[in-house]
Parts: sequence; structure tokens; C-alpha cells
Amino acid sequence: MSISWNSIEGAIELGLLYALMALGVYITFRILDFPDLTVDGSFTTGGAIAAVMISNDFSPWLACLAAMAGGMVAGACTGLLHTKGKINGLLSGILMMIALYSINMRILGAPNKSIMGMDNPFSGEHVMVLIIIVVLVFKIMLDLFMKTDIGLALRATGDNKRMIRSFGANTDVTTIVGVSLSNGLVALSGAFIAQQSGFADITMGIGMIVIGLASVIIGEAILGARTVFWATLAAIVGSIIYRIVVALALQVEWFDTSDLKLITAVIVIIALVFPTMQRSMKQRSLARKRTEELMRSGGQQAKGGM
Amino acid sequence: MKKKFWMSLMMAASMMVAAGCGNNSGTGSESEGSGSTTGGGSEEKSYQIAISQIVEHPSLDATREGFIAALKDAGIEENKNLKIDYNNAQGDSTNNLSIAQKISGDSKNDLVLGIATPSALALAQQVKDKPLLFAAVTDPLGAKLVTDMDKPGGNVTGASDTNPEAIVQLADFIAKNLPDVKTVGLVINEGEPNAVVMADNAEKALATHNIKLVKAPVTNTSEVKQATDSLVGKVDAFYITLDNSVVSAVDTIIQTANSNKIPFFSSDRDTVEKGAFATVGFKYYDHGYQVGEMAADILKNGTKPGDMKVTVPDKLDLILNLKAAEAQGITVTDEMKAEVKDQENNIIQ
Repeated sequence: MSISWNSIEGAIELGLLYALMALGVYITFRILDFPDLTVDGSFTTGGAIAAVMISNDFSPWLACLAAMAGGMVAGACTGLLHTKGKINGLLSGILMMIALYSINMRILGAPNKSIMGMDNPFSGEHVMVLIIIVVLVFKIMLDLFMKTDIGLALRATGDNKRMIRSFGANTDVTTIVGVSLSNGLVALSGAFIAQQSGFADITMGIGMIVIGLASVIIGEAILGARTVFWATLAAIVGSIIYRIVVALALQVEWFDTSDLKLITAVIVIIALVFPTMQRSMKQRSLARKRTEELMRSGGQQAKGGM
Repeated sequence: MKKKFWMSLMMAASMMVAAGCGNNSGTGSESEGSGSTTGGGSEEKSYQIAISQIVEHPSLDATREGFIAALKDAGIEENKNLKIDYNNAQGDSTNNLSIAQKISGDSKNDLVLGIATPSALALAQQVKDKPLLFAAVTDPLGAKLVTDMDKPGGNVTGASDTNPEAIVQLADFIAKNLPDVKTVGLVINEGEPNAVVMADNAEKALATHNIKLVKAPVTNTSEVKQATDSLVGKVDAFYITLDNSVVSAVDTIIQTANSNKIPFFSSDRDTVEKGAFATVGFKYYDHGYQVGEMAADILKNGTKPGDMKVTVPDKLDLILNLKAAEAQGITVTDEMKAEVKDQENNIIQ
């Protein structure tokens, strides 16, 4: 088996495009502490809006913006269902996700919309630099947003709703803003993927939430999440690593593609268990040191004490 | 399962640590097909073909088998002078994209095959410098895989699996032999491009005989039973298109059709063999075989895909299942049988 650099390069490219989706998942799961399942639907919404607009000769960049706006509307609906409608968070995401299936079909007009052969910035041969710039711009913008007043209120909402309410922040608003922003990024990622692969498909968002979570968790295990800066970087790196592993798994002869889900599960399990194991090892060695110290000092005391 | 889990664990770990380490299972088969003198054919050229298939499914699998058989008949045989890199996305869009990237990154491929629309599309976006064939694609023009069915131009050609004549002939058959049928029920997943195209054609074809088409939508295999049950009492016959989700659950439709004595028409031979009553269709194996012949032509004679026209299934025939007819309360007349061209193979006892 020889690993071709080409497929690794392709994997990094895909990883970067999916990284925006991972950033979106990071906002809901890690910052807001809100299990948002809208992602599976809003990813397709983004791809659908972009594909339809591009095939109607709109500028691809305008299509991306429209896709992001569409995702933000979807996210805002989920946020409204949860905060104003008092529907359980998990359920409001699921409701929005299934509602979006029909909406996406309406947008696409057919299950599969091809934009093959139409020029767009992401369908070229070497678009790596462009993609890196776009992803970094969104990462930095997100970092800066999290330092603003509303961003800080948003982060505090995830930590302790009651406390931040007592400071006069409206947690309903922050939740809606957060979920909306998250799904905007997810839809944007869908728009990029549709352009890069040359078509949008009604099934393109299925399983997205799992991939997003896996990316966030893998990244955190490697880079940690000490500050927002590192956490967002971790989501991007995690997304790239996930894609590379998939590319490598595809190169192995005796792997079936059906094993990919198992590999994903295993990677996430390793990423989750590894830090805990490290911690417990540290604590154990610390405990051992303490015991030795105590034994020594205790031994001396015992001499004098009796 | 447990063994596989540990294997995957080790594999995943070793891949994370040392990307690029060779693994023996791969190199073994590579040396076989590297064109080195292995006994007999010393002057034989060896080939590598990569296949991407969207999901495991009887029709699509039969397409692949037919493709490989045609190559074998042309003297290009797997494990002799042909290495096949087969990938299946298991219905997962993201896997589909990763597979297309992997295939386009492998410079050893002489030819690439995409089975079903999403696979073909993902490949077409990535593979620009190798001959790319597609199979089991319903609407190559609509999917923008080719711009012209007769002269595709670029590096892409293949076979469409829809002959628009098929549904017209089936509608004629229904109107002529089962005059009581006034409404036909269709269980359909409108998330599948091929199903949507075919349903539109069916609606038009049936309308010419004043037969109404009633749709029951599903979004996945698990909803098929309920959708079928919802049609009972409302329709005089069932019809299904080449709809992957519905075809996968065809057994439940057969059960409902048999227990309620409703004639069940389908769109491919495989489902009639399973227990639908009739179709006007072809074998997916033959469809794949057609594409395999195109592949052999490209590999051996250097024909350019851009000069090969996109084919459609040409061996259309009425296919009847007599057992199913009995179960669904249909009397098969001699007139019906007379419409079958190849009576030996296409009247299933």
C-alpha cells in the first residue's frame, strides 16, 4: 500500500471545508452546551441554496452568503422553538431537522442538483490557499466575536444560565444568536462542499452532526481547549485529521467502507478516553508521591510521638 | 466483531502514527497485476480500474457484475491482467466524496467507473484526465454528466438505465389486459433523482389511458410498509420505479399485494423475480455488460470516451411472474403471454 500525497491533499482540502461545520458544532455543543441536531438539515440547506443560485447564474460568493443566511434562519427557528416554545433542546433540533428535509427538497426542486462545469472558486484544481484563507478568516472572526459583550454573554449562558441572568443578560437572545450563528457556519460549509463536489444532494447532510462532534473532540484531545482561540483551532485541526484518517482507511485493502463508521467511533472513543487516562495516571503518581512523603514524615513523627 | 474492533483499533492507531507504512495485503495483489511475466501471457498489458458505487443494492451489484463479466469476455480478467479497486460509499455522501478523491489521486488507474448518479457526479468533478464511465444513471443530461448524448466530448460517457419506452409499453399492457385498473399506487422516495424522473414519465404514460397515479411518499426504507398500507383500498394496482429505498423494501410491498390481491408492477427484472407480477424491463446485468464492453473498447483500442455515445438499455421485454400472478389474483391469458418476446427466460414460473 502506498499512500498517495494526492489523496492526503484532497483530504486536507475536504477537512478544511468541513471545518466550518465543525466550528458551528463547537459553538452549540461546547460554548452553549446545547445539543443541536439541526445541523443534519441546515448543512443540506446551505448546499441546496448555493447550488440553485449558482445554476441560475448568481455569483458564487453571493450564493455562499445566501446559504449562510438560510442556515442562520434555520438555526434561529431552532433557538426560538427551544427558548420561546419551551421545547426540549434535543427535540427542537430534531423537529427542525425533519422540517428542513421538506424545505430542502423545495429549494432543490429535485433530489440532486448538479452544477458540474459551472465555474466557482472552489471547483478548481488548486484551491488550497483560498480555502485556508477563508477558514482562517472565519475562525478569527469567531474568536473576536466571542470577546465582544454579546459573545461573552453567550459563553456565560453555556456555563451558568442563572448567574448570567442575574447580571441582566437575556439568555433567550444569546441562545438564539448562538444556535443561529452555528447553523450559519454549517450551511456555509454545505455551500462550499456543494461547489467543491459539483452537486448538491438531498442526503448530503446525513450524519453531519456525528462528523462535527468527532472533529471537535479529536481536536480537543490533541490541542486542548484552554481558550477560545485554541478551541476553534482544535475544531479545524480535528476536522482535517478526521478526513485524513478516512482517506487512509480507504487506502487499506481489507477495510470495507462500511467499517468507516466503526473507525469514527473508535477514534472518538480514543480521543475521549485518552485525556481521562492521562489525568488519572497523573493523579496516581501524585498520590504515590504524597504517600511516600507522608510515610517518610509519618515515620519520623512515629519515632518522636510514641 | 470483537476481533474486527481490535483490528480497526490497531489499524487506526498505526495509521495515526505512521501514515505511509506499507501493508502486506496490498502489495501482494499489486505484484500480481504489475504486468510482470507470470507464466502465460508475457506480452499482456495489465490494467487497473477503480469503481465507486453509492450503496449496496441488488440492481447496482448486478450492474457491477455485468461490467466485470464483459471485461472478462474481452480478455481482461480480474486477478490476471486486471486489478479492480472497488469502493462502496454505503449511502453516505461524505464517504462518496472521499472515495472520489482517493480514486482521482491514484495515477495507476486506467479507467474509472461510477455506479449511480451521486457516485458518477463526484467522480466527474475530480477525475479529469482518465476515461470515466457511468452506469445506472437515469438522467445523464440533467445531471450535467454529459452535454450531448451522442457526442459527449470530454472524458465521460456511459449508459443510462432508463429507456423511456419501457413505462409506455407497460402502461399499454396494463390498459389492454387489465381494464379494471383505473388508479395505480406508487410508493416513492422523492429524495432519489431516478425515482422522480421515472414517476413523471409513468404519470404521463398512464394518463394517456386515463389511469391515475397516486403517490405515497417515503423518505427511507422503514416507511415503505406504512406507505403501501395507506394505498390499499385506494388503488387497483401497485407500481414502483427504480427507487433504491423502495426496491430495498420490495418484500413488504409483495406481501401487501398478495394479501390484498392487488396486481404489482415494477421497473426491473430483479423485483419480478422476487414476486412482483410484471414489468417491461431489462437485466441490470446486461446494462452493466454494455458498459463493460465500452470499457474494453477504451482499454484495448484506445477509443476516446468523448466519441462514444451514451447508451440506453436496448433489450426491452415484457417479463411476467406466473406465481405472483396467482398470488395477486390475476388470470394470465395467452394474449398476455404472447406479448413476451423471449418466452423461455421472461416468463417466470
